[in-house]
Amino acid sequence: MTGITASDGLAPGLADPAHDSQRLFRAILDAFAHPGRIVALPEAPAAVAPMSQAATAFILTLIDRDTPLWLAPSFDTPAVRDFVRFHTGAALVAFEADALFGLASTERCPLFDGFPIGNDAYPDRSATVVVEVPSLRGGPSLTLRGPGIDGQAQMAIPGLTDDFVQERAANHALFPCGVDLVFTAGSELLALPRSIVVER
Amino acid sequence: MPDTNQDAGSAYNYAYLDEQTKRMIRRAILKAIAVPGYQVPFGGREMPLPYGWGTGGIQITASIIGRDDTLKVIDQGADDTTNAVSIRRFFARVADVATTTRTEDATVIQTRHRVPETPLREGQILVFQVPIPEPLRMLEPRETETRTLHALSEYGVMQVSLYESIARHGRISKAYNYPVLVNGRYIMSPSPIPKFDNPKLDRNPALQLYGAGREKRIYAVPPYTPVKSLDFEDHPFEIERWPQSCDFCGSTESFLDEMIVDDQGTRQFICSDTDYCQERQENQRQEAERQEIRSK
Repeated sequence: MTGITASDGLAPGLADPAHDSQRLFRAILDAFAHPGRIVALPEAPAAVAPMSQAATAFILTLIDRDTPLWLAPSFDTPAVRDFVRFHTGAALVAFEADALFGLASTERCPLFDGFPIGNDAYPDRSATVVVEVPSLRGGPSLTLRGPGIDGQAQMAIPGLTDDFVQERAANHALFPCGVDLVFTAGSELLALPRSIVVER
Repeated sequence: MPDTNQDAGSAYNYAYLDEQTKRMIRRAILKAIAVPGYQVPFGGREMPLPYGWGTGGIQITASIIGRDDTLKVIDQGADDTTNAVSIRRFFARVADVATTTRTEDATVIQTRHRVPETPLREGQILVFQVPIPEPLRMLEPRETETRTLHALSEYGVMQVSLYESIARHGRISKAYNYPVLVNGRYIMSPSPIPKFDNPKLDRNPALQLYGAGREKRIYAVPPYTPVKSLDFEDHPFEIERWPQSCDFCGSTESFLDEMIVDDQGTRQFICSDTDYCQERQENQRQEAERQEIRSK
């Protein structure tokens, strides 16, 4: 944004909003269309600590004044709050139940308890939760099956416990309701929509 | 007097829609992918063409398209009909995007009422223009009711209507907009494509997005998702077959249009997919040339 410099303590948003958000959205769309696939974000904007580049890009691409955001305590810092408020205009809410987007990490357990899951008539009125993880690779392998996957796919995110697999199974059982997850690390992300079955 | 053609690019935001609208539509697309076959309501905007001309499809295309894309637009399979030509020109102008008529070269294909004959590949996006997104609408006019039927997965009324068609005509007589079950959960309108195209929706590697502008609904079928055309065990779904082949390219595989070519009632059958037909004619011409050279 013009007039805002680094000395204001506010990180810049997308340099070229129309084209940058289009490129980022297509990467996110690719991730949602192919659950479990690790998608690199092209020319992602600089990270706003403690958020990763990917989580920062996701927020700038999809969040605005229509989408209340819930921040886990570890992300609820003045830098993040100012950044989100200035660049997106989103309301920052204190309760998960009021949010359409959430930003959490795997420390939170259960991971996405309390977020809106929609209802049977309007399953789209549900939250999308961005989960920050140290890496999208190298953890215990989980098998994914469902729409967007040809046969089956693998996901190996470190730090996901048995509790996660159980919580995720309970979330899938709510289908068509449920929460959609996006895992972010560095400048990459991986989507896990509610439609996907996750097994050990 | 300024040249309005040149100014159009700068007077509007990239790809016509404002960024707030695109974000709203993008969020709806992601929810549509998460719940395949479910119709996500969205805040449809006025577009510079009337409802029924593809306003839903255009809004989806405008929200996903970028300068790196190559766009193909077809209307009933043809690249050269009014609707296809104007939408293609619209995006070439407002989104500075390359256009093509070749299915293989396109990254985004907006379509009215056909699925291309050439198989699609992973990474391509097929955007359908949908007039009436609700498959149960002709059976139940109330939106509150159809919404409840979808919520409860209560699709008996659709089965009854297909049964009635068999009782009356001896077969399921629906030839287009033939209802499908997506991933075993939602009954979905595939838009008014001929039922000939229904098998192409099943486990297609491309992403399918459906936009209904008048009714303001977006729905999606992710790649490789099972899409089953509704039928009965003793009346299995089947596609039409014709004794005719294309008069231009000789194809017996493709969907044919019947043309009356004079006032004597002379008929001609030609491929509805113009790109597929031209590609085949071109290949045949090249093959004939090669043979001619060999025979010399």
